Amino acid sequence: MTKRYKDTFTGPHLLGIAGLNRLEVDSLLDSAAGYVALNRRRDKHLDVLSGRTLVNLFFEPSTRTQSSFELAGKRLGADVINMAIKSSSVAKGETLIDTAVTLNAMHPDLLVVRHSASGAAALLSQKVDCAVINAGDGAHEHPTQALLDALTLRAHFGDLAGCRIAICGDVVHSRVARSDITLLTLMGAEVRLCAPPTLLPGSAHEWGVGVFHDMREALDGCDVVMVLRLQRERMTSACVPSTREYFRYYGLDRAKLSHAKKGALVMHPGPMNRGVEIDSEIADDPKTSLITEQVESGVAVRMAVLAALAGGAS
Amino acid sequence: MKARKTPPFVISGARVIDPSSGRDGIFDVLVKNGRIAAIDKTIAKDSVERIDATGLVLAPGLVDVLVKTGEPGAEQRETLRSAGKAAAAGGVTTLVISPQAEPAIDDPAMVDFILRRGKKRAAVHIVPAGGLTKGLGGDTLAEIGLMGEAGAVLFSNGDQAIGNAALMRNILTYAKGMDALVSTRPIEPDLSANGVMNAGDYASRLGLKGLPAVAEQIMVERDIALCEACGGRLLVDQLSTGAALDVVRRAKRRGVRVSCTVSIHHLTLNELDVGDYRTFARLSPPLRAESDRLALVAGLADGTIDAVVSGHDPRPAEEKRLPFAESTPGAIGLETLLSGALSLVHNDEAGLLDVMRVLTAGPAQMLGMSCGTITVGASADLVVFDPDKPWVCDASKLRSKSKNTPYDGRRMQGRTVMTFVQGVRVH
Repeated sequence: MTKRYKDTFTGPHLLGIAGLNRLEVDSLLDSAAGYVALNRRRDKHLDVLSGRTLVNLFFEPSTRTQSSFELAGKRLGADVINMAIKSSSVAKGETLIDTAVTLNAMHPDLLVVRHSASGAAALLSQKVDCAVINAGDGAHEHPTQALLDALTLRAHFGDLAGCRIAICGDVVHSRVARSDITLLTLMGAEVRLCAPPTLLPGSAHEWGVGVFHDMREALDGCDVVMVLRLQRERMTSACVPSTREYFRYYGLDRAKLSHAKKGALVMHPGPMNRGVEIDSEIADDPKTSLITEQVESGVAVRMAVLAALAGGAS
Repeated sequence: MKARKTPPFVISGARVIDPSSGRDGIFDVLVKNGRIAAIDKTIAKDSVERIDATGLVLAPGLVDVLVKTGEPGAEQRETLRSAGKAAAAGGVTTLVISPQAEPAIDDPAMVDFILRRGKKRAAVHIVPAGGLTKGLGGDTLAEIGLMGEAGAVLFSNGDQAIGNAALMRNILTYAKGMDALVSTRPIEPDLSANGVMNAGDYASRLGLKGLPAVAEQIMVERDIALCEACGGRLLVDQLSTGAALDVVRRAKRRGVRVSCTVSIHHLTLNELDVGDYRTFARLSPPLRAESDRLALVAGLADGTIDAVVSGHDPRPAEEKRLPFAESTPGAIGLETLLSGALSLVHNDEAGLLDVMRVLTAGPAQMLGMSCGTITVGASADLVVFDPDKPWVCDASKLRSKSKNTPYDGRRMQGRTVMTFVQGVRVH
C-alpha cells in the first residue's frame, strides 16, 4: 500500500520549504534536536554517512553556510569537498549544466548548491543522480536557514502556534524571508513583514502575512523580531536613500524593540550590517539575541537533512 | 507657530471671502495674539484698534507652492528677504520654497537651514520642499523621510523631470511608506530637448524650436499610471496643456490620489505674448495656445486644478537680456499673482470664490497645512485687497531683486492693500 502522504522527510532533494508538509518538517526538526545534543558533546563523530561524498558547490561566496554544511558532513563521517567558484571551470565559461554533468560523473552522494539564479538548484537536480540541497538560489529559497530558524524558535517556545513573528527589512531580495514565511506560517506562527514599500514585493499582502511600513506598529505584541540584511549588492535601483535614513526608520534598536512583547527575542540570518539594520546594542545582548544559537542550530539542521537524504543502508 | 504678543485689532466692514468655509459676506474680524479670535456681523470693542476695510475684500493670505529664490547660491537673483517682501506686497503669506538652489535642498540639514533662515529673514512663512533625488540629479533617491521630519512639506525635483521611469516608480513606492507628497514636473525630456517655446505655428514662424504639448501629456500619463500602480500621492506641478489637464481630470474621477497646479501666467497669457521675442515671456513650461489657456480656465472652474501658483523664478538681466533661445526661462510672480488671478474674475472667466480657493484653501489642503483659512483659532495670515483698483504693472517698481515679469506694461485691476502674518502687518 502506498502512503497518501509522507510522514518523514526522505527527499529525494531539498530544494525549498514549499513542497514540504508539516510532518516532514517535524521529523527533520526532531532529528536535528538530537544532533544539537550530539554537537555539544566532546566526541561529535558518527558514521551515518560513512563512505558517502558531499560536494559543496558554491557559486556565491559564503562563510557560515558553507562551513556549516562542511562540518555537518564531516561529523556524520562523509567525505567533503568544497568547490569554490574562483578555482573552478565555471570561471572559464562552463555552463551550470556542464558543471553538473561533470560532477555527476564523479558519483557524489550529496550536492549542496548555492547560486545567484533563482531555480538553479532545481535545474541541477534534474541533471544529476544524487541528492541536491539548495543552499540558497537567487531570491527564491534557502530552506536550511528557515529550518534552523524554526529549530531555534522551537527550543524557546516549544510550539510556534500563535507565536507572533515580525520579519523586518529587505524582504524583496531575500530568499531567507521567502523560506521563513512559508515555514513559519506552516507551523502556525503569525508572520508580519515590515519594510519600506520599495523592499517589499508588491503582492506581499497576498502571502498570508501582515504587511507594515512602520516598525512600531509591526512590532506591537511580537514574540520574535527577525531582522534581514540590507542587500545593497543586489539592488539594481535605489530602494533606500541612505543607510542613516534606513536605520532611523527600520534599524532595530532599543526604542523600536520596546514596542514588541516584553522579553521579545531577536534573530538575524547574518552577516549583519551593524548600525544599518540592527544596533550593536541589540545584536550583542545575550538576553534578547538568538544570533549565535541560530548558528549552532544550523549545523544540527544540516546534519539532519544530510542524514535524511543519504543516510542508512544503500 | 508660537503666538505673538501684539495688541488686538478688528478689521471691520470688509467682504470676507473664505473658501475653506464657503464664507462670503460683510463681517468684522477680531485678531488677538496673532490668531483670529472672532468673526461676526459687528464686533463692537472700543478698546481695540479698528481698521476700516469697507469696500475692500478680506481673504486668507495666499499660499504659493514651489517658489524659487536665489538663496542659497544665487543671491543676486533673489533672497528669502526680498522674496518675502515681494510676497507680502502681493498678499502671499506662505511660500513653499523649491529645492532648486545651490546646493540643492536635498538633505535634512538644508531643510533646516531654509526654515531657520526664513524665520529670521522673511516677513512671511517660509516652508521648504525637499529634493526628490540627490542634487536633483535624477539618479539617486534623496532622504525623503528625514527631510519630512525636518519640516519639508513636499518633494520635488525642481524644473527637472525624472526621465527614468523605474526611478520614478521607486520614488513613488518609497514615498508611500513615508506618506510624502511627490511633485513631478511633466516634461518628457527627449521630446523637449532644446525647445524654447510652445511647438506650433507661431514657433515655426519665429524660427524657434518647439516644446510639444504631447511631451507634457505623455509624462502626466506615465506618472499617473505609476502612481495608480504603486499607490502614493502625486502632485503634477505646473500643467500647461488642456490634454494633460484632461488626463488629471480623468484620474481624479477614478480616485487616483493626484493633484495639480497651474501657474497664473498660463491662465492669463498665451504663446502670442512671446510677441517680438520677449524673453520675459519665455517660461518653463512655455506659454501655450489660447485653446490650452481656455481649457485650464475651465479646469479651475470645475475643480480639477487644486492650486494656482506664481511659478516665481527670478532671473536678472544677465539671464534675460539675450537672444530668445539663449535666455533662461522663468518669470517672477509673487507680487502679481493676486492681481493676475483677479483679471480672471474681471473677464468673467471665473468667480471670486473659486479664484480665491485655488490661492488659499486649495494649496493648503493639498499640502495638509493648517493655513489658508479664516476661521476662529486659525493663524491671522490675511490679505486685504481692493478688487477693482486699476494700475499699470511696471516691472522696475516690483520688489523682487529680479524684474522678469511678462506682465510688464500690462494694465491690471485689483491690488493688495494690507497683508498680515500672524496678526502683524507686513505690508
